[in-house]
Amino acid sequence: MGATTPALQVPSRFEKHVVRTLSNPNNEFRNSHARTPHHLLNGTVTPNSLHFSINHSGLPDIDPDKHRLAIHGLVKQPMVYSLEALSRYPMVSRMAFVECGGNSAPMFSNEPIQATAQALHGLVSCAEWTGVKLSTLLEETGIDPKAKWFIAEGADSHALSRSVPMKKALDDAMIALYQNGERLMPGNGYPMRLLLPGYEGNMNVKFLRRIKLTEDPAMSMYEGRTYSQILPSGKAYRFYFLQEVKSFITHPSFGHSLQGPGFYEISGVAYSGAGRIAKVMISADGGRSYAEAALQAPVLPKAFTRFRMPWRWDGQPVVLQSRAWDEGGNVQPTRAEFVAVRGETKSPPPLLGFPNQHYNSLTSWAVDGKGEIKHVYA
Amino acid sequence: MCTRKALAVAALVLAASAGARAETPGLGKPATEGAKVYAQKCSACHGDNGRNGTAPGAGPLVGGQIDRIEAVKTIGNFYGYSTTVFDFIRRAMPYNEPRTLSNDEVYAVTAYLLALNKIIGENDVMDAQTLPKVKMPNRDNFIIRFPDRI
Repeated sequence: MGATTPALQVPSRFEKHVVRTLSNPNNEFRNSHARTPHHLLNGTVTPNSLHFSINHSGLPDIDPDKHRLAIHGLVKQPMVYSLEALSRYPMVSRMAFVECGGNSAPMFSNEPIQATAQALHGLVSCAEWTGVKLSTLLEETGIDPKAKWFIAEGADSHALSRSVPMKKALDDAMIALYQNGERLMPGNGYPMRLLLPGYEGNMNVKFLRRIKLTEDPAMSMYEGRTYSQILPSGKAYRFYFLQEVKSFITHPSFGHSLQGPGFYEISGVAYSGAGRIAKVMISADGGRSYAEAALQAPVLPKAFTRFRMPWRWDGQPVVLQSRAWDEGGNVQPTRAEFVAVRGETKSPPPLLGFPNQHYNSLTSWAVDGKGEIKHVYA
Repeated sequence: MCTRKALAVAALVLAASAGARAETPGLGKPATEGAKVYAQKCSACHGDNGRNGTAPGAGPLVGGQIDRIEAVKTIGNFYGYSTTVFDFIRRAMPYNEPRTLSNDEVYAVTAYLLALNKIIGENDVMDAQTLPKVKMPNRDNFIIRFPDRI
């Protein structure tokens, strides 16, 4: 007989290498984050234990019975909600990716950094989120017509705050209470977070305790400084919000090696903050020719779509690359197009930081004659 | 027991203020109170004069050029609004004991940092009226990325 069945199951001991990578493994007194191992996963759902997490001021330890969410400001009737109270409102579930604005920051490097899809793109994950739509709660509080923004605030040490247009509040913003069927993970905002499908991760305020409706944005530090991307001209983007259409190949990718010529499946993830993925094209010659990949159903808006393509490797060097289009006709820019507008760093940036944001160009993996894989620009 | 509750605004006990306007009462002089608060509460991480901080994540607060896309953003070279400085100090600093400074101390240390960046004079007093009127050097260098989403 094998082991008896445990109350809370964990992956096989043979899967111990499938973990998040940490930016602050020695628990220094500063921010910390953990990246999703895309090259070791498949499908479209990120397991909760492997969902990426960034914490600028540590993880709060919140007693859900004591936590409250206040909605106030330019409303007709300010309200305070307990978790139990929120649980009695009509709920919805939806798939949504959450991506840090600084995901893929190493791709701004002037030369390709040799690293896995986890290190390059590990600050995006996708889950099924369940909760109460913000618009449902705003029906109860009422909205003063002067309200054009709301300011969301977390119960973390920093009281992290971000400004969000009311347009998003009345569209698909949600107070998320569950993640892939269970309560939110502490690193993903337990006991409640703001979910803004398709919008910059930092705006999806975790440990949400306050929503204030206002006429103007707060110009908080994270919107006024950290997530305002500098352009080559010296000017900077403000209120980027959208995580634009993007894809990358996870299999095969850096960290894998091909064991001789023959059949392989090329697959990866594609997503767009503007809607559904419409098409993913795959190139094996660095972008000179493309073929259309199969999209695994269901293809959901603002969520991971898994793309797949059967491939017979003849043993010759190739450069694999994916390029995605969304239903709005938006397309991933080529690297040359992207760098022309957004620039690149003067020297390779630190792999664990994200001094630059909102990279959505292509990722290319070069397979040599021995089946070894390198990260290249093509 | 716990159900939804109408909220009396006066009973709202959340500490940090949101909003670009600095509506919080108080005042601060950079040269005297601000320098003192900075030396006691900030310099251990951010270094003397906001330039040579050694703590991880506590980058420089003063000077610098936006001469590359990975340039270090400081109060002087990047922030578009003075109230951003006030708001972040008030809600998040000092890192090890946020929301322990009085409003006067937050105004004072904000004034000190603006003066260090030569944005205001060393004797200019910052309060709810004067702080929002400070024009930051980089104010006009921002582009709204997706105006149709606002």
